[in-house]
Amino acid sequence: MSAVRVLVGTRKGAFILTSDGKRERWDISGPHFAGWEIYHLKGSSIDPNRVYASQTSSWFGQVIQRSDDGGKTWHQPGTPPGEPTTAPDGTPKGESNKFVYDTSSETGKPLTTHQWYDGTPHPWEFKRVWHLEPSLIDPDTVYAGVEDAALFRSSDGGQTWKELAGLRGHGSGNKWAPGAGGMCLHTILLDPSNQARMFIAISSAGAFRTDDGGKTWQPINRGLHSLYIPDPSAEIGHCVHRIAMHRSRPDVLFMQKHWDVMRSDDAGDSWHEISGNLPSDFGFVVDVHAHEPNTIYVVPIKSDGEHFPPDGKLRVYRSRTGGNEWQALTKGLPQSDCYVNVLRDAMAVDSLDKCGVYFGTTGGQVYASADAGDNWAPIVRDLPAVVSVEVQTLP
Amino acid sequence: MIRVTLPPHLRTLAQVDGEVKIEIEGEVTQRSVLDAIESRYPMLRGTIREHVTRKRRAFVRFFACGEDLSHESPDAPLPDAVVTGTEPFMIVGAIAGG
Repeated sequence: MSAVRVLVGTRKGAFILTSDGKRERWDISGPHFAGWEIYHLKGSSIDPNRVYASQTSSWFGQVIQRSDDGGKTWHQPGTPPGEPTTAPDGTPKGESNKFVYDTSSETGKPLTTHQWYDGTPHPWEFKRVWHLEPSLIDPDTVYAGVEDAALFRSSDGGQTWKELAGLRGHGSGNKWAPGAGGMCLHTILLDPSNQARMFIAISSAGAFRTDDGGKTWQPINRGLHSLYIPDPSAEIGHCVHRIAMHRSRPDVLFMQKHWDVMRSDDAGDSWHEISGNLPSDFGFVVDVHAHEPNTIYVVPIKSDGEHFPPDGKLRVYRSRTGGNEWQALTKGLPQSDCYVNVLRDAMAVDSLDKCGVYFGTTGGQVYASADAGDNWAPIVRDLPAVVSVEVQTLP
Repeated sequence: MIRVTLPPHLRTLAQVDGEVKIEIEGEVTQRSVLDAIESRYPMLRGTIREHVTRKRRAFVRFFACGEDLSHESPDAPLPDAVVTGTEPFMIVGAIAGG
């Protein structure tokens, strides 16, 4: 019988929620890595037991954790304790928590600064991994989106990391600037029909695409309009909060921007607004139904100054028309006095029939719907603030 | 024998309980102690000192013999009481945040 495993990252640890295909009764495991911020966990789609986690701390920096048994046990995939830390030839062995920007003349264009809040040049400083995206074809290959914004790849199961420096070096990197949450690369979408193509998004630089496996990149922000930057239609500088696609239709992208919900039908070459009748087009999450490529979900947030739902009502909005026409989904969600936020990586869908939809809140609730959003129930109510939610559909 | 105390989160990462005891050949300094710790516990690389600069992370402090040694040179000799194992070299997470 099918099952689902929900991977939840919170401000104080990771939690793993499992259920059978009915999605009515849940087992809760955790906290894993108690006391640490877990920005993201994600499992490999081809080896579901392989799960990667970003464990981070302002005190002790970045740690990458890996599980090979579906989250029951974890280890840092670098050099194990007790083993020599150098290879026979003297080179250092795996250091899974080492993320160093590439400034070599061969592969990285030495790019030393980006723009700071006050417009002055500021050196790139690694802070944390926001998002881990396992390859669709190799469980040992995984991408990491980091702050300060850059994309890294590991081809050895997370033991070592190398920057795909063509992104920062493509031309606009020295003009990127952080948003209020830092300058983070938070979204990585791999095109299931084209291994050479991927999409990423950075707050607050915008969206970018590669068509050659990460060597070269181009901004894909035409059609975005952001009133909070000097040139509202600039090529870069847009605070993209999240992008989503359906695997059957990878040229169609949906975006929740700082303000505005957007859609592209040409792999990001151009965007148009689909906010329609939403009560607010500010928000963080956007996701797509597993079986209906034109059915999408957002959670409207009141404003950039008031990060909670309009009118104190927690409502998921669903469009079955690919945008513009939205329906409020409220059954089982609090409809008064609710002032939580739903962060950008905190919504996911399973691929069961009917499609399950999940999201976590800064109030520590993880809500699930086993019927595509018609009805909701909390799986847990009192976790630490939820940062990320991912779902694995298991055979 | 040098006694080193790690903050609880780093003890969890290193999978150790209580103090860590290390032997150091040559001069006992912050750098030689941290090199020895990171060599035995490679999972701690980057958690006490930055990977690239090798500087102490901002919210990590070093104490010994009732003194804050955080701003001492990493190559300055540590107190005799640390060298003889009478007192521990303490790696401490700063009290900050929630």
